[in-house]
Amino acid sequence: METFHKRLRAGDPKAVARAITVMEAGGSAAANLHRALLPSTGAALTVGFTGPPGAGKSTLIDAFVAELRKSGRTVAVAAVDPSSPLSGGAVLGDRIRMGRHTEDPGVFIRSIASRGHLGGLNESIQPIIDVLDVAGRDVIVIETVGAGQSEVEIVEVADVRVVVNAPGLGDDVQAIKAGILEIASILVVNKADLPLAARTVRQLRSMLALRRENDRNVPVIETVANSAKGVADLLEAVLNLAPRAPWERQARRRARVHRLVAEAAAAQMRRRIMGRSDEAFFVTLARVEAGELSVEAAAHALAAHDQEPAPESSQQTTVSKQNEPVT
Amino acid sequence: MTNVDVRPLRVLVTKIGLDGHDRGSRIVAAYLRDAGMEVIYTPPWQTISGVVKLATEEDVDIIGVSSLATDHLIVPKMMTALREAGLDHVRVVVGGIVPDEEKGALLAAGVSRIFGPGAARDEIVDFVAALGRQSRSDRIDEFSEVNS
Repeated sequence: METFHKRLRAGDPKAVARAITVMEAGGSAAANLHRALLPSTGAALTVGFTGPPGAGKSTLIDAFVAELRKSGRTVAVAAVDPSSPLSGGAVLGDRIRMGRHTEDPGVFIRSIASRGHLGGLNESIQPIIDVLDVAGRDVIVIETVGAGQSEVEIVEVADVRVVVNAPGLGDDVQAIKAGILEIASILVVNKADLPLAARTVRQLRSMLALRRENDRNVPVIETVANSAKGVADLLEAVLNLAPRAPWERQARRRARVHRLVAEAAAAQMRRRIMGRSDEAFFVTLARVEAGELSVEAAAHALAAHDQEPAPESSQQTTVSKQNEPVT
Repeated sequence: MTNVDVRPLRVLVTKIGLDGHDRGSRIVAAYLRDAGMEVIYTPPWQTISGVVKLATEEDVDIIGVSSLATDHLIVPKMMTALREAGLDHVRVVVGGIVPDEEKGALLAAGVSRIFGPGAARDEIVDFVAALGRQSRSDRIDEFSEVNS
């Protein structure tokens, strides 16, 4: 164990890869490893790239990583692609666009299947990021699955969020207005050499102009990922937005742990309740079916006390009182 | 620990050398995806050192090398490089055109099987699945090292 942890902290790619596999698998091995790693996290800058399929996220990341390497920073990329809802399998092809980094030891790329998780990422993305952080990577780039409106989970795991748009999606820009554009720290119009690019930039700027004053200040950057045009500007903008102050980093870290605990609690509760098949529990379900108890009230009692809600009038919660028929 | 065994197999489907005929590798990638595996797909023209780094980072159980234009002759070198990198558990299968008289050299170098033209979907999928389980069972010790 000592040697594995030493190798991991020294950034040995084999140990890093194995640790990610453990996190992906979940369970007690992942929980123990994550606990051991958490105190050493927080040094890396995490940058999330999201946007609709085909906007050029992978190609832009390829150019962005090259720019980071020029500046001497070490990089890890965690690229998430969807798992098949039918077979559970996946073809992970994001790194096809990142071929030039294949042999650079300063770039560690891992393809991650979403494994049924919604939200654009993988259920274990935070522990995976923490592995890469502890392994000493300066910058961790996260690529979401091609995202539309609700894949906004990246907001919770990335320090800086880059939303990549492509010209010619035209009205689609309008369509996604209420979704991922709102979470952007930086808006990119990629493929800026295409004819409709200027119009897309205008659309984004006018969208920003409608916001409250404090939320307007989102850089809009034009890039051509293929030729690295605008990528230096993108890096500069990202570094400008990186949380530097210790209190800011500490606040983000606390928020992450808060969310992780809440998610784990929900998952445990769900597993426990889904696993119940005792008589008392079925009585509760029957009461819900019969309209004697609301779903909310039953859930509240099960979650808060890990026991059956009291049979009749001794219910303490106001929720359940409201919903119980007067007897 | 128990989830370890049910997690999807991870397979690298790739082509090394100068052979650019990638139709076959795409079809096999889709077969394996439909069988519930996670396929890391690369374009053709990979180098041996690139494949080793890829296999390491992606923590794959199996590498499938497609070869349709005599590039199978560098597969033994790839096998050596994998062993040198400590990836002994990774199983390798080759698919494509390999002349009978050269199959021996590949199998002697540690290739688990060579699939030729006409190999059926089920034949490939079943073999890769069984091979992946072998690769996993070779590594149980390493997983418990993390866990302990």
